[in-house]
Amino acid sequence: MGSPALAFRTLYGIVQRMTTVLRTSVAPFRSGDLAIEAHGLEKSFGQTRALVGVDLAVPTGTVLCVLGPNGSGKTTTVRVLTTLLRPDRGSARVAGYDVVTQATQVRREIGLAGQSAALDESLTGLGNLVMIGQLNRLPRREAQHRARELLSRFDLADAADRGVKTYSGGMRRRLDLAASLVVNPPVLFLDEPTTGLDPRSRLALWDIIRTLVADGTTVLLTTQYLEEADLLADRIVVIDRGAVIAQGTSDELKSQVGGDRIQVTVASGSDLTVAGATLAHHAEGPVHLDDERRTVDAFAPDGSLAIPAIAAAMSAAGVVMDDLGMVRPSLDDVFLTLTGHSVEPVADQSELARLA
Amino acid sequence: MTSTMAPLLPSHAESVASRAWWAMRNSLVLARRGVVRIIREPSQLLDVTIQPLIFVLLFVYVFGSAIHVPGGGNYHEYLIGGMFGMALVGTAQGTAVGVSTDMATGLTDRFRSLPIARSAVLTGRVIADLLTEVVAILVLVLTGLAVGWRIHNGPGDALVAFGLCLLIAFAMTWVGACAGMMVKNPEAAAAVGFIFFLPLVFVSNTFVPTQGMPHWLQVAANWNPVSAVASACRNLFGNPNPSADISAWPMQHPELATVLWSIGLIAIFAPLAVHLYRRKTLR
Repeated sequence: MGSPALAFRTLYGIVQRMTTVLRTSVAPFRSGDLAIEAHGLEKSFGQTRALVGVDLAVPTGTVLCVLGPNGSGKTTTVRVLTTLLRPDRGSARVAGYDVVTQATQVRREIGLAGQSAALDESLTGLGNLVMIGQLNRLPRREAQHRARELLSRFDLADAADRGVKTYSGGMRRRLDLAASLVVNPPVLFLDEPTTGLDPRSRLALWDIIRTLVADGTTVLLTTQYLEEADLLADRIVVIDRGAVIAQGTSDELKSQVGGDRIQVTVASGSDLTVAGATLAHHAEGPVHLDDERRTVDAFAPDGSLAIPAIAAAMSAAGVVMDDLGMVRPSLDDVFLTLTGHSVEPVADQSELARLA
Repeated sequence: MTSTMAPLLPSHAESVASRAWWAMRNSLVLARRGVVRIIREPSQLLDVTIQPLIFVLLFVYVFGSAIHVPGGGNYHEYLIGGMFGMALVGTAQGTAVGVSTDMATGLTDRFRSLPIARSAVLTGRVIADLLTEVVAILVLVLTGLAVGWRIHNGPGDALVAFGLCLLIAFAMTWVGACAGMMVKNPEAAAAVGFIFFLPLVFVSNTFVPTQGMPHWLQVAANWNPVSAVASACRNLFGNPNPSADISAWPMQHPELATVLWSIGLIAIFAPLAVHLYRRKTLR
């Protein structure tokens, strides 16, 4: 027969397991609820108004992309939602808990990967993850097990015992993301996770994010890359100068800009301006000429129905076409239309003041 | 498998005892991080190992021959007590740089987004830096013995001396933690540390007896906590201590002065450090 100590440990193990199951099953929010909701968040730093009233609603198990240029308030929003900053006005709940009054509970439900890889440079990759696990109250053995599991999932198993200071930028980012996943957080915040990554690492990271969402994680991701928002997001929030200026699915945002465009690619040897003038008869609004790519494009209220007529008109005008078709507006078009400036990073206020 | 991986965090309000227990456990995890770093990167210990070593050799063999210890006595034996005083200022510098590095890299943000006690991050840092101080004391003892310094008063007094060094080093790490949070980046922390390091260490009886200084400077030197530690060490080790003839209160009671300095510094800077750390969230 086993010793009383062994019996006790077994019993203790069973109780622990039951507690865990119970805790999971009586989780404070159910799927279908909002994992993240914010109402009228405001935050100022001295004279700078970083947030002037941000509202968000992210259903559980979905991805929200917060899209905006540098200095638009993306990071401040993330810092408020992850309890790192207290809002001046407004309220927010994450996983059902208030970010100000129930900060500790919120911290138990979230993972955060910030803009800079928040790692201890002089520890190994494994050491960093074990530390985070232990701080989350995992016993050392389990923390190690979990760390190894994450390292192999993020393709870092070979570098597990190397100091982080020897890691490349892409490896740091992956380790940072791994660190935010040590305890399987139901809500994950990623602040510009792919900024500064090479294309291959970026693809790998997108893959990881998709897998997490498929497993039921709610993700709030900020980005400056339209492509990223287009690919990953269930919904997109466009934020500029501390306020939400548009939101919806990628398609909804694109149709806000005025719907589909007809684009004609003109063969070399044919006159671009003639093609432009011809297109203008069948389109609405200004015609956009691109000398580099030799294209002309414009909004077409009739959509694809206008294509045969345009093809006939082009050939009557003597324009030889390489291609004729519909293009959906890019998110860059959306951003330009909504804000009057491109999504490209803009100089911040102080810099503008200095230049003036 | 996933469910067993979930951490055993209580979903309801925790008891005070449980919170305190986990605050301590978390502090130790974070202290361990500091220790592992020291093992992996011994170069981080240069401040507390090679630097005092160079000072000892410099002062024993270069300047020491020209320094007269009032009331007689061996300068080699005089110097080592001062070196113990200097080491604690070095510890504070290390803390300041470490704290501001964690702030700059975003590691502090990660810690703050975890469900751990606010105090754990700072406490862990202070414990790790205290261990650094133990290494520094060991290095100094060995260096001292090599250049002819001896403990004359028996192990009991020596242990009290080491204890006093650790106590004031503990107090100084809180000062360093505050400095680390008030500056913008690690480079600034290093610079600020150096600015304080020079007057604290040199306007004291660390390297030379204060009797030869101008009167106004003597006052500052005699009330400098580094002088108190150095004198206390000299007394307890049974080394020459010309400051014992100085009427300034801390020089008459260097052991008590060290304890009071420590308590005073902790009383001011430990709560201030926690306040600064919290304020980063509330900004």
